[in-house]
Amino acid sequence: MQLPVKLEVRNYHLFYGNFRALKDVTICIPRNQITAIIGPSGCGKSTFLRTFNRMNELIPGVRVQGQVLMDGQDIFAMDPVELRQRVGMVFQRPNPFPKSIYDNVAYGPRAHGIRDRRRLDEIVERSLRDAALWDEVKDDLNKSALALSGGQQQRLCIARALAVQPEVILMDEPASALDPIATLRIEELIQTLKQRYTIVIVTHNMQQAARASDFTAFFMMDEQRAGLLVEYGPTRDLFTRPSDKRTEDYITGRFG
Amino acid sequence: MDKSVSLSTHAHTGALAVSVAELGKSNLPWRRAAQKIAFAFLWLMGTLAVAALLAVIGYVVFQGFKVINIEFLTRPPRGGLSGEGGISTTIVTTVYLVLLTVGIAAPLGICAAIYLVEYAGEMQGRTGLLPRLVEVARFGVETLAGVPSIIFGLFGYALFVTAMHLGFSLISAALAGACLILPVIIRATEEALRAVPRSYREASLALGTTQWQTVWGVVLPAALPGIITSIILSVGRVISETAVFYVTLGGSYKMPTSIFSSGRTLALHVYYLAMDTRAFDKAMGTGAILIVAIVLINLTINYLSHRVRAKLGGK
Ligand SMILES: Nc1ncnc2c1ncn2[C@@H]1O[C@H](COP(=O)(O)OP(=O)(O)OP(=O)(O)O)[C@@H](O)[C@H]1O
Ligand SMILES: [Mg+2]
Repeated sequence: MQLPVKLEVRNYHLFYGNFRALKDVTICIPRNQITAIIGPSGCGKSTFLRTFNRMNELIPGVRVQGQVLMDGQDIFAMDPVELRQRVGMVFQRPNPFPKSIYDNVAYGPRAHGIRDRRRLDEIVERSLRDAALWDEVKDDLNKSALALSGGQQQRLCIARALAVQPEVILMDEPASALDPIATLRIEELIQTLKQRYTIVIVTHNMQQAARASDFTAFFMMDEQRAGLLVEYGPTRDLFTRPSDKRTEDYITGRFG
Repeated sequence: MDKSVSLSTHAHTGALAVSVAELGKSNLPWRRAAQKIAFAFLWLMGTLAVAALLAVIGYVVFQGFKVINIEFLTRPPRGGLSGEGGISTTIVTTVYLVLLTVGIAAPLGICAAIYLVEYAGEMQGRTGLLPRLVEVARFGVETLAGVPSIIFGLFGYALFVTAMHLGFSLISAALAGACLILPVIIRATEEALRAVPRSYREASLALGTTQWQTVWGVVLPAALPGIITSIILSVGRVISETAVFYVTLGGSYKMPTSIFSSGRTLALHVYYLAMDTRAFDKAMGTGAILIVAIVLINLTINYLSHRVRAKLGGK
């Protein structure tokens, strides 16, 4: 593949205390593409995703080995606060702050020093539009975010992540708490976002990975329950002619 | 063959169903009776408990309101054995002391709690001097919360009144009182902070904010109702405390003129009236005012938490 590389992981291991959760992962994630991460529960998908914005470090007892590069720069040498500004995240469960819709979206830009009300208004509107939520909430931006439906809350969380203009967006099963229609909306949304962002998305849903991603990485556990990367490639190849027997078993539902 | 099998199964379940029904029928009156007895018993106990409480409050308020009038509220006590006069200076002293005490304890307690939860929380299980100290501090707070208040009084008397030469004064009493309510504020604030979901912190940090920005922008606002409740609770604690102030405040019934003035709070005044004078009715009157103050405080807490819950719920 001749696509430019955004994120590169080399011989990466992660330990929770003495437990090895990820073993020797090496992968290149292309820029402005959607990369899906699939695999059975507990194989380390979330852990792997949280590597890119160094959220694992917030958990006591976590150790890592290996290299992770963004645009060729070692992310472990960066300031984590600056890194997280460039690598945004949407969590599995919608987690808006108990503030108004406006304040939720403006939270990041404000934290980064934007005080001008007009700029903030602009950012909030643009982010909500990009997250396909603007039309539904434009008349009551001062309403509490907690009064939104689950699907709206998740789109608000996407808007909140977009508002700080990251380069990469990590999504950990962003649609798992949503109904099929809200899920489809989020998938459409992700398609439109890929022009401007590099997206890495964890999903449990095979169809979702197949229809909504450009590349797919399949993770699995070994005998010690350590997660490892089994197969990685263009989504169509991986789903139509997987090169590894374990991938084939998994995607055809014979496993996990 | 098939038919007979299915038939016998049917017959079998049928018999079982009948026997269960019989069982249920046979003990149903007994279960109903047990239910009635249990409810009657609980109702009786509950009524007794509430009645006892209402009797205390009702008696004091009823007796007290006989002497309460504008004069009682606006005149200073005249002092001496008769217990004549009003309670104006004790109300003022109480207000001053509450402001001073909470003004000292709240910032200290809230900051300490934030440090313990948001910054020192990561040190749990680590070794070294600082984590040790944090551990000791936690244990200290737990212990202090259970120490009888007169111990704080003794400490305040020894340190502030005597050693620091602050004398029997508002400032001595406020410092000793602050020590008393500090554990209350720290623990309640800690609880409020811990109740803030982890997902809020993660969401904020994932947006590239510093830990302090996360604490200030998300954690504290979410914990604010709990923190305010802890402050109001400690206001109530100061209003109703006697032991600490008995040995630090001096007991003068005059109007305090500075933080170095001696004085007496409403609760102390009740104590002095009841023990040193014949004005038992005035003690009741003062007690009634105290009860009204405490009720108002509780109503405020209820109102605040209702409003906050409604706001968080998005109404
Ligand atoms: N905070 C933690 N402390 C210790 N072990 C953890 C922690 N978080 C995850 N693990 C372990 O690491 C492994 C990988 O967990 P992870 O959450 O990354 O899996 P996952 O693939 O995202 O699973 P799921 O699909 O169920 O979300 C699991 O065995 C899990 O028990
Ligand atoms: Mg997961």
